[in-house]
Amino acid sequence: MSRVAGAVGTVRIRFFARYAELAGRSEGTLSVPLPATVSDVIQRIRDEWPGTSALPAQPLAALNLRHVRLDAPVADGDELAFLPPLAGG
Amino acid sequence: MTYLSTAPLSIEALLAEVAAPHCGGTCAFLGTVRDGPDDGGVTAIEYSAYDAMAEAELDRIVSETRRQWPEARVAVRHRLGLVAAEEASVAIAVATPHRADAFAACRYVIEQVKKRLPVWKKELRADGTATWVDPSGHPSMVGPQ
Repeated sequence: MSRVAGAVGTVRIRFFARYAELAGRSEGTLSVPLPATVSDVIQRIRDEWPGTSALPAQPLAALNLRHVRLDAPVADGDELAFLPPLAGG
Repeated sequence: MTYLSTAPLSIEALLAEVAAPHCGGTCAFLGTVRDGPDDGGVTAIEYSAYDAMAEAELDRIVSETRRQWPEARVAVRHRLGLVAAEEASVAIAVATPHRADAFAACRYVIEQVKKRLPVWKKELRADGTATWVDPSGHPSMVGPQ
């Protein structure tokens, strides 16, 4: 898990339900300078992908199929999903 | 294990799954699509999920339940796709040696499902409108279908 300065990671991004509608897409891949947190990735998406500025700045997030806080670190190859308010049951 | 289904849920199938001679108490829970007086004429709900995570999360919830109630036998399914009013969207069955644990463990499962499952619902109404449901209280219209 050592991180080299200047390293870049590729993260698979997924949007669901209302967020997929707002973003106009349900997935994509993003290159991010590492180290980076979930928050850093959100910021980068909002800057780089048209339409995603409508997404909340602090959405619920899941990293590799688990709920995570926005300060969680992301790594190369991770799958990062943004989840609208949950409504199961 | 597959916890998600687009077919109607059968509580009988779940009861059969958890039945065991040492279990004297079985608790069954069904969550159904509601069209109450304040719901505005809901005809159906369209459920969608982050499938892989929902499966993983349900697996974790079942494991936690078994850790907390080691003798519990637990079965749970969540439906996806279009579910008509009155039909079940979630079904849970828990069997334990005694009834108190069956109620408590079943309650644990549904509360965790509500809190953690990456599932979303769009309410469809008789007037042709649809709304993403936000349990935190901020529904957002998505316009006529």
